[in-house]
Amino acid sequence: MIEVQNLSKSYGSVEAVKSISFEVSQGEVVGFLGPNGAGKSTTMKIMTGYLPPKEGTVLVDGIDIREDALPVREKIGYLPESTPLYSDMVTYDYLEFVAAMRGVASSDRASRIRAMTNSCGLHEVLSKRIDALSKGFKQRVGLAQAMIHNPPILILDEPTSGLDPNQIVEIRELIRKIGEERTVVLSTHILSEVQASCDRVIIIDNGVLVADGTPEELQAGLSGEEQISMTVLDGEEDVAEVLGSWDLAEVTEHGVDEHGESYFMLSSPQDIRSDLFRLAVDHNWTLTGLQRKTKNLEDVFRQLTGG
Amino acid sequence: MHQTWTLTKRELRAYFDGPAAYVVLCVFLAITGWFFSNALFLQNVASLRSVFSIAPFIFLFFVPALTMSSFAEERRAGTLELLLTLPVRDWQVILGKLLSVALLLMMAISLTFVYAITLAILGDLDLGGTVGGYLGLFLLGVTYGAIGIWASSLTRNQIVAFILGFAIIFLLFLLDKITDFVPGQIGIIMQYLGADYHFQNLMRGVIDTRDILYYLSVTGFAFLLTTYTLAKRPE
Repeated sequence: MIEVQNLSKSYGSVEAVKSISFEVSQGEVVGFLGPNGAGKSTTMKIMTGYLPPKEGTVLVDGIDIREDALPVREKIGYLPESTPLYSDMVTYDYLEFVAAMRGVASSDRASRIRAMTNSCGLHEVLSKRIDALSKGFKQRVGLAQAMIHNPPILILDEPTSGLDPNQIVEIRELIRKIGEERTVVLSTHILSEVQASCDRVIIIDNGVLVADGTPEELQAGLSGEEQISMTVLDGEEDVAEVLGSWDLAEVTEHGVDEHGESYFMLSSPQDIRSDLFRLAVDHNWTLTGLQRKTKNLEDVFRQLTGG
Repeated sequence: MHQTWTLTKRELRAYFDGPAAYVVLCVFLAITGWFFSNALFLQNVASLRSVFSIAPFIFLFFVPALTMSSFAEERRAGTLELLLTLPVRDWQVILGKLLSVALLLMMAISLTFVYAITLAILGDLDLGGTVGGYLGLFLLGVTYGAIGIWASSLTRNQIVAFILGFAIIFLLFLLDKITDFVPGQIGIIMQYLGADYHFQNLMRGVIDTRDILYYLSVTGFAFLLTTYTLAKRPE
């Protein structure tokens, strides 16, 4: 549905985006992840046709955005970073204005606004001026204007930034609902958001695409070695000696924790918890803890973006 | 094309939702009215000439004040990004904004029809000069508007946009008045480029296509520059 091909963009001598390529298929919810200033917003601005790319291009349903921008723009709903809206307008008038500019037939406008009011929960602010709205409501108005023409593609730049935790949950649920029938590309630097609402993650760092896959794939792909932690009540030295000559796993760290229990960190190519348990039984150890550590998206992010 | 009109309506509404439009209309009417009645009652001159000679001065300040927000404010607030990713061409956006300024100026100008009607009733209205003067005033205003909009597209700061727009318009206004200081040939060119010179021609009741063409081409040139500035999408 969307093909981003070798996209490059620089501001003056600063290269913001360096030859990024990826594809988004219909119905996918893709999370754009990266530290601030990584090139997320720039990539989105090019995808929406706001900025011209320096090199490369974006195809939407096979239409090149550089050659035929208007039909592409018609398919896209866009919420820019920090949700710019005409603050001097009343919510209803604003939505009507965007609908008219988006080419929604005048007979359909009222029903589209009604649909957006319902799905974004705007009932109580329809007749208020936008500058009088709370941040959360502004964000919802921003989402409503992006969807007013019922676009197959939504591009949302940091849709939850600056919201309080309750509002974040609300907006996230809204996005998940939207994502059921549309293609959504959203950027964020909040990792739990990606895990909560995205089918796929694209991580950008310094203008370069460093990872592309489902959250599970990224976690699995990075782990490589399984990390297992074990605690026993027995003496640290004795257990370490046995484990040192054990060939299924390697001890990466050991010591005594604050409860006086000996702990061991082991790494191994596969899950060796059952073997470890049998080993403990054989040596009569009193096993108090055995845990496999999976890397979470945060580790993936930090490892890939050098945080 | 109806999108251009939608945008024009929004811009006009923004003028009338705030005090801007009312201040412009009232002050314009007050100043021209004072000059008109002054000439009529104190100097016993029944003519619109006094109105036509002060109006370009008022436009000099008012038009850049009206246009200073048109793109600068959209850039500052970030709404430009939404506006320019709508399925409309950049030139439609510029045209929509220019039309709104043109319509507001037309309103201001048409308020002074009262003076013309008064003169017509009193019996001595120079029809050619009146039609020419009004046409010239409108064209002058639109030209200033196009320049002001270009100035506004260059910056995100409204004050800078105002001063820049005013400076360019003032230069254009001044060109035909400083011809004494330059050699003859250059003087003729400067006179032709001067915005006020063509207005004086039209005000005399001589509706010459050259004068109309002048305003249309300066407007077109400023429009083109705005298109060019917007195409670069500066941050």
